Amino acid sequence: MLTADNILLSLHQVSLAFGGLQAVEQVSFEVPAGAIKAVIGPNGAGKTTLFNLVTGFLAPQQGRIVFQGREIQGRPAHRLARQGIARTFQLVQLFDHMTVLENVMVGRHRLSRGGLLAGAVQFPWTRAEEKEIQTKAMEALEFVGLADRARQPAAILPLGLKRMLEIARALASAPTLLLLDEPASGLDAVETDRLQKLVLNLRGRGITILLVEHDMGLTMEVADTIAVLNYGRLIADGPPRAIQQNPEVIEAYLGTDWQT
Amino acid sequence: MRRAPFLNRWLFFALVVAAIAIFMDHDYYYTLLNFIGIYTLLVVGLNLLLGYAGQISLGHAAFFGLGAYTSGILTATCGVNPWLALVAGLAVSGGAAFLIGIPALKLRGYYLAMATLGFGIIVYIILNEAQGLTGGPSGLTGIPSLALGSFALNTPRRLYLLIWITLGLILYLSANLVDSRTGRAIRALHDSEAAAESLGVDTFRLKLKIFVWSALYASLAGSLYAHALNFIAPASFGFMFSIKLVTMVVLGGMASIWGSLLGAGVLTVLPEALVVFHDFEVVIFGAILMVVMIFMPRGLVRGILDLYEFRRYKREGGVVSS
Repeated sequence: MLTADNILLSLHQVSLAFGGLQAVEQVSFEVPAGAIKAVIGPNGAGKTTLFNLVTGFLAPQQGRIVFQGREIQGRPAHRLARQGIARTFQLVQLFDHMTVLENVMVGRHRLSRGGLLAGAVQFPWTRAEEKEIQTKAMEALEFVGLADRARQPAAILPLGLKRMLEIARALASAPTLLLLDEPASGLDAVETDRLQKLVLNLRGRGITILLVEHDMGLTMEVADTIAVLNYGRLIADGPPRAIQQNPEVIEAYLGTDWQT
Repeated sequence: MRRAPFLNRWLFFALVVAAIAIFMDHDYYYTLLNFIGIYTLLVVGLNLLLGYAGQISLGHAAFFGLGAYTSGILTATCGVNPWLALVAGLAVSGGAAFLIGIPALKLRGYYLAMATLGFGIIVYIILNEAQGLTGGPSGLTGIPSLALGSFALNTPRRLYLLIWITLGLILYLSANLVDSRTGRAIRALHDSEAAAESLGVDTFRLKLKIFVWSALYASLAGSLYAHALNFIAPASFGFMFSIKLVTMVVLGGMASIWGSLLGAGVLTVLPEALVVFHDFEVVIFGAILMVVMIFMPRGLVRGILDLYEFRRYKREGGVVSS
């Protein structure tokens, strides 16, 4: 199938069932390069499953997923990461025994190459690479406003900052496509506000974003287009205004009293 | 990372090793130190796997045994140069770890423990049963000592320098490793395999690499052991020894390079020191382990550092320094 040049990611009739449960059914949509696309839907609608399909943590039983013109469905997560797909997790997945800076330094993994032997012996090029890793990691920390926490253990950060750290870590890998899985869950209003600015800044850097979010305020504010899932099926896909007025979406998810 | 309270630990290590070599004059202590050095090699390797990467091996004595027997058989039976035999041992152990690791490292937790345990038992049985090759339960004798040119390393004191210089080097390489790109990836997969994968870390391949790497340490230790004792028997490479290695890692401190030295040291010296208690030796040994693990669950090095920090904290009137 031919796709327009500016489509970074597209899903074609993607399906996955867990036993008898159809988690994702015949879902198709596109994410243009440089856009922020949100996926919304009630709990259990298949949003996280969809994320796991795009990032290689799950393989679809049917359908194709095309990233930068190449089919990627079923490829392992680490290979997709190396191609520039980064993600955060709904339940924050940090490296708790490492410092904030070290966490972000792991983000540089795909862009550096020192192996076991190089790490043990510390060749001159290994040291140079290590410096580069550290500099880029600090830049990512500064971008999310965590530079002053660099030397602290990641485990002691409050949840809001942990989510920022996860984004910094993903950002350090210089992704083309960034998937954020409910980045605002557990955040207070101030933190959500910061997150909103951060997401827009990320797009400003040319990163395409796919976002799963329950916070409707945030979603409507930042998303260019919104895809709505219900029971694993795509029931609507369009700009925020249209989604807000779509009767099927209102019934399934937003509720009839949802107005702003 | 907090720094240990002396300026340069490597200089300190070298000075202590040299001072012992110059001033100590007792073969018994050298023999003891040689055992500690060899065990520390094993424990550092296992710590990289268990403490840093979070992958358990209950069969590590098997790699130790493969190194020892490859060296022993090649030198005593075939007359191969001991240094060449040592390299052959690395190839055998590394190869075995690679082949075992491919299926075993797809497993997690208890299942990985069972798989490595099984491997350890198989190697132990082979060492006992392949009598033509290994000498069976009564062991393999006539293993020559190592030599540097015409200088035979045939006394505990001479061997001491070789073992501890090797150990210093291995500790240095290991400390570098855990603080490098690959070292961070190894620690990362311990905390969250999913997150590590999402950043491009091929977690399975990395686990396999560190498993082989760790087996190489064990093999090196095994070769040194065979040449130090000039005699090896399967009893040294059984399941109980694998467990003892895990205990050394945990006692010294998971994910602690220096803890490996302390864990191996304490668990080698303690049984010797407790001999005075005769029948109660094992009971007291067990009690000490329990007390340490209850009050210092993160191991001796971390525990002692915490005590030190706590005292400083009290001295400075309760000002927290991070």
